[in-house]
Amino acid sequence: MLEQILALLPQVIFDGFVLGFVYAMVALGYTMVYGVLELINFAHSEIFMIGAVVGVEVFRYLAPHVGNGFLLLLLALLLGGAIAGLTAILVERFAYRPLRKRGTTNRLVPLITAIGVSFILQDLVRLIEGLWHNEFFLRMRTVEDLEGSVSLFGGAIFAQTKSFVLMGVSILMLLGLTYLVNRTKLGVAIRAVAQDLSTASLMGIDPDRIISRTFLIGGSLGGVAGVLFALQYTTITPYVGFLPGLKAFTAAVLGGIGNIPGAMLGGLVLGQLENFFGTYLPILTNGNFGTEYKDVVAFLILILILLLRPQGLLGQVVKEKV
Amino acid sequence: MSALSLLLSLAYLGLAFLAPGALANLFGLGALAAAAFLRLSPNLRTLNLALLTLAFTVGLVRSGNTLGLIGLVGILVALTTLPRVPTWIRAALGLAILLISVPLAGFANTFVFELGIQIGIYAAMALGLNVVVGMAGLLDLGYAAFFAVGAYTWAIFGSQQAKNFMAGNFPLPGEYIYPFMLIAIATTALTGLLIGLPALRLRGDYLAIVTLGLGEVVRILANNLDHPINFTNGPQGITPIQRPPIDWFRELMAAMGVRLDQTTDYQLFFYLLVLLMIGLVVLVNVNLANSRFGRAWVAIREDEIAARSMGIPLLPTKLLAFMTGAAFSGVMGVIFAAQRTFVSPESFTLLASITILGMVILGGMGSIPGAILGAAALTILNLDVLKTFSEFVRTSLPQIPSQVDPAKYERLVFGLILVLMMIFRPEGLIPEKRHKAEMEEA
Repeated sequence: MLEQILALLPQVIFDGFVLGFVYAMVALGYTMVYGVLELINFAHSEIFMIGAVVGVEVFRYLAPHVGNGFLLLLLALLLGGAIAGLTAILVERFAYRPLRKRGTTNRLVPLITAIGVSFILQDLVRLIEGLWHNEFFLRMRTVEDLEGSVSLFGGAIFAQTKSFVLMGVSILMLLGLTYLVNRTKLGVAIRAVAQDLSTASLMGIDPDRIISRTFLIGGSLGGVAGVLFALQYTTITPYVGFLPGLKAFTAAVLGGIGNIPGAMLGGLVLGQLENFFGTYLPILTNGNFGTEYKDVVAFLILILILLLRPQGLLGQVVKEKV
Repeated sequence: MSALSLLLSLAYLGLAFLAPGALANLFGLGALAAAAFLRLSPNLRTLNLALLTLAFTVGLVRSGNTLGLIGLVGILVALTTLPRVPTWIRAALGLAILLISVPLAGFANTFVFELGIQIGIYAAMALGLNVVVGMAGLLDLGYAAFFAVGAYTWAIFGSQQAKNFMAGNFPLPGEYIYPFMLIAIATTALTGLLIGLPALRLRGDYLAIVTLGLGEVVRILANNLDHPINFTNGPQGITPIQRPPIDWFRELMAAMGVRLDQTTDYQLFFYLLVLLMIGLVVLVNVNLANSRFGRAWVAIREDEIAARSMGIPLLPTKLLAFMTGAAFSGVMGVIFAAQRTFVSPESFTLLASITILGMVILGGMGSIPGAILGAAALTILNLDVLKTFSEFVRTSLPQIPSQVDPAKYERLVFGLILVLMMIFRPEGLIPEKRHKAEMEEA
């Protein structure tokens, strides 16, 4: 059995990175919004789903016209990121801002709103797809340029071009975000709002604008992740965002919520763990416990972290204020 | 004003006799609105409500149109909320609606029974979740998990299923359902304890996400525990599940002069059983709300740190709320399994949890009549209004694609209800006093 495990290991690690980068990008959206608003934005998993659906549609309609698969993907990424980012802004503007303006102190109110928004977005996409194509189980069209495959390390890893593209794009986005948050004026403003909203507003920062931008950035990252997810895993429905969203949130908590490098690290770690258990659980238990339990593993990790190290891997302990 | 309202009620009574149907019932709803919202003397209002009760009952019996049921629910709400109606009138009219009108309507249209039972099951669960979310302020997004545990507790032992892993004479006979309700209270409260012990140490928003995850875990377990040992029979679900024997009930009803046939006997039985359960649950709820625990829960909801400094032990108090809510859900799970004679993981999804949450939010967090109203409104919306609308779209608007079937869009409707309520009326339709003050304080 050990031989079997070792033989699979390189492939497992590779696939774990593919999954991990998707989680990392989605986790960033959770962590940034949590940073500025202290809100778990449940609707973010639907922003991710919208990116995936846009990716499918772009491939469906433009694949016959655009010969180059990479150009096609670039278009899908741009459009997916833009539409997802825009949706995130709209959600903030019409669902969360009215609550903020009223100044409710009850923490449940924004949380319940977020769940409601998430449900609305799921069915809105289903409605649009229903009216458009009369179906909502979508399949990503395959494009030859991106489907090519190579064997690495003497056949230990079987990898497709699109997996490399996924990792490459993710790394670029993550580097770009790090630069944006640490080196630009907008980044300083976001960090200031996250640290203390009312003081930041005294320093000439318009919190509403910064919050809106934060949703835009997090939303477009989620949308890009969605397009890449659709490319990699191909089957997309309006309800496809729920589980990856929940896991990306787990990743954000794992890294330390509100912490940007933490979300990236958390995503990668969670991707590895999930893929590891998903592959090895059936082998280790002689098929008695199948791959389905990988989701259970993710939640157990979430609970364990929250109990043992609630501040996450890279987070700092915050005292609860009276 | 008074003459107008009385005239409307009488006109509806006439319509219900002569031309029963959807239009007449719509008119009746208008008359009910007039009776509830116009400025009337208490006596006249009471008279109006009594007339309307009679009229809706007649309308339901003669046409079976379920809009009439909405009217009866509306009267119940009016009876619980309107000021200066004598208590004995409230009680008499309320009991008449629940024990006479609805069964009569059920004999005319068995769908009314089905609706009544579903409303009852959901109302009892909404009341349970109300303890957790409304009183203690703990957002539980995996509440359907407890419902599942309760339902499977009876489903496994009340069917052939238990033979797969233990020796014995299964299915257990139907009488065992009554002790199993108690067992389900124990198993679900224990599940609540197991989930709550880690989850309730966390701050509010983490609790929400952990319960969300655990709700999923229970569903995954129900789906996959058909191997290596077959506990749950996986996605196919378990059927047939034993129902309690009701010979004594048939005889009792026959002695009272009520003739029951093969379908209505169990429906009436389960309807009355569910009513009884709601009565019990309300009683427990009211008593808890005014008890030491109830006050401690509210204190924790309002300000955890302040509550702790007043000497309230946080974890045990929260655990108690969590387990109480779980136990309510577990009992209803047993009834649900027996009434359907079938359970499958499909019934216990996130959507189910959010539906129950939506009921509590719509009615008003912490409010007992609110939770019942919320359950009635969302169940009727889901099982009746959306389905009717679907039927209408299918027959009258064939150019709309078949995938756009309004009955499939409950998520959209529930999502809209949650968001709109949170933005415009976070205290709910029938607010609880303390909660209202809190939501308005800002």
